[in-house]
Amino acid sequence: MDLFEYQGKQFFAQYGMPVSPGQVAFSVDEAVAVAEGLGTPVMVKAQVHTGGRGKAGGVKFAADIDAVREHATNILGLDINGHIVKRVWIEKASDIAEEYYASFTLDRSAKKHLGMLSKEGGVEIETVAEENPDAIAKIWVDPVGGLSEEATREWVAAANLPDAAVEGSVDILQKLYTAYTEGDCDLVEINPLILTPEGKVHVLDAKVTLDSNSTFRHENYEQYDESQPRDEREEAAHAKGLQYVGLDGSVGVIANGAGLAMSTVDVVNQVGGSPANFLDIGGGANADVMAGALEVINNDPAVKSIFINIFGGITRGEEVANGILEAMQRVTIDAPIVIRLDGTNADEGRAILAPNLNDKLMMEDTMLSAAEKAVELAS
Amino acid sequence: MSIFVDENTKVIYQGLTGSQGSYYGGLNKAYGTQVVAGTHPKKAGTDVDGVPICASVAEAIDATGATATCIFIPAPGVQGAVLEAAEAGIEFIVAITEGVPAHDEAYFFNKLRADFPNTRLLGPNCPGIISPGKCNIGITAGHIAKAGGPVGIVSRSGTLTYQALYELKQKDIGVTTCVGIGGDPVPGTSFIDCLEAFEADPDTKAVMMIGEIGGSAEEEAAEFIKHHMTKPVSSYIAGVTAPPGKKMGHAGAIVSGGKGTAAAKMEALEDAGVKVGQNPTEAGELMAEIVAGL
Repeated sequence: MDLFEYQGKQFFAQYGMPVSPGQVAFSVDEAVAVAEGLGTPVMVKAQVHTGGRGKAGGVKFAADIDAVREHATNILGLDINGHIVKRVWIEKASDIAEEYYASFTLDRSAKKHLGMLSKEGGVEIETVAEENPDAIAKIWVDPVGGLSEEATREWVAAANLPDAAVEGSVDILQKLYTAYTEGDCDLVEINPLILTPEGKVHVLDAKVTLDSNSTFRHENYEQYDESQPRDEREEAAHAKGLQYVGLDGSVGVIANGAGLAMSTVDVVNQVGGSPANFLDIGGGANADVMAGALEVINNDPAVKSIFINIFGGITRGEEVANGILEAMQRVTIDAPIVIRLDGTNADEGRAILAPNLNDKLMMEDTMLSAAEKAVELAS
Repeated sequence: MSIFVDENTKVIYQGLTGSQGSYYGGLNKAYGTQVVAGTHPKKAGTDVDGVPICASVAEAIDATGATATCIFIPAPGVQGAVLEAAEAGIEFIVAITEGVPAHDEAYFFNKLRADFPNTRLLGPNCPGIISPGKCNIGITAGHIAKAGGPVGIVSRSGTLTYQALYELKQKDIGVTTCVGIGGDPVPGTSFIDCLEAFEADPDTKAVMMIGEIGGSAEEEAAEFIKHHMTKPVSSYIAGVTAPPGKKMGHAGAIVSGGKGTAAAKMEALEDAGVKVGQNPTEAGELMAEIVAGL
């Protein structure tokens, strides 16, 4: 789950990290009211779940209230990489002497937490990594032992931050690690972390991704789930608890298991088609789940055919077949369905489906032939 | 032979009294696995279909001599269950549970590595392990696998693991051991751990490896295969057409920052001499060709 910048800053502030005073606004009038409360100059910043805001004109400095009105008018409704700006963050403008970069994430290869610190902030870290890898100081933190102050000091020294920034950085980095671990984050990133002309280290941006598996111990994370960017189809699937990713094509895909669902999307592409979605209905395939999945797919106007790809492991073929038939009675499906059913008791399942086959419900023996049929029907 | 588990492996089930635990524990027992005990702190002295329940893993080991455990505890309790098993002296821990926070996984992975180096963890979020005809721990349907050999299977995905077993059975090819390492960011057992074990197992003559997008485990495996494997390998990587930035069902299956693409993984594997199929069926056919040439 990605947080908006303002949510990230509020999250960081809970851990005592210095962020600028500010408030989120959903309209121009609200933005103006916030700016009047804070006092100008302020920054007007688009809140979207994507990078490149500055380049797209989504981050502006406003010296006075007229400028706030002008920028908020331009930024609200702006399309940044396909994300429409619906909210802006207004915060007190900061004077910047230097810009740094700091982050923690899980290094899947090392199986430890990875901290990255650079005195070249304000640009994408991937760019720094490519052009000047020596400018990034890395630290691998064992989750059992945690991050000591001593190790943090060595890390800051390795990044060659100026003396004036050392104490403030050590303090912020330790708090950042606490926020990262206690908050069950996949990623915390401050870019830029700034040094002001007065010698204060300050958090000027916040990027936070939370681990959605950790919500059982963070009840307040539900509020963030509601602000995730999802299209209508994804929202409907999410409400039914289905693992769904919207794609651009015309073949609706339903499969059991994440790997098989991914593989089904691949095979539809390989035979010249274009999948409308990724949908994993999980290990079982009972009528309730199947009906929910078919409903979500059927509501997608782009879908011209549906490919149901089921491999029965523990789930038996006859249960799957009955589930599909029952689901089809509950939901009226417009697009023709092609089924591939394999695995445990596949013969029994196919026998149940056989008398019900027609030009709206077809069956194929293999994953490949079923994909070909579904693609043919969609074209 | 087989790797990690065989007919002599005695297994306890943490969570045997729950619905998932009792269902799959029962299926594993019916398959022939030595299901010797379950654990529950408050239900000691009772039994689940004749399998005795002990209060703790330590007591279960004392009573039965078990060396392996299978965890069906809900996600919030997995860290505690893994550490309890390791502290009690279990050698092989299989954690089936999905939805375990990544920070928990990173914690107990490192804790095990430092304090219990002889304990192997498989999972979490994995289908388990099966040495066909000998031992089945987890949620794999035993009858879709043909016993014997000469192929070993290692996979990051559950249903694709079944698909791989099934493809081979259709071609009358046997399997020594099939290991589902799971699709989470910090799997206890890696591709390399399994490849190394298969390389050392005299009855395994070839290995089928099923990967997916995200992370760099397949690239690291390719590097290992290139330098340390003498046995032939066939492979399939799921998610060739997955859009960047979207999690495809598994927490670990995501292409981010241009890293973890299927194309890069397939290229690395081909470069290591692995026969890479475009879909699971093709990977099975490539394995059949390899087996025919052994």
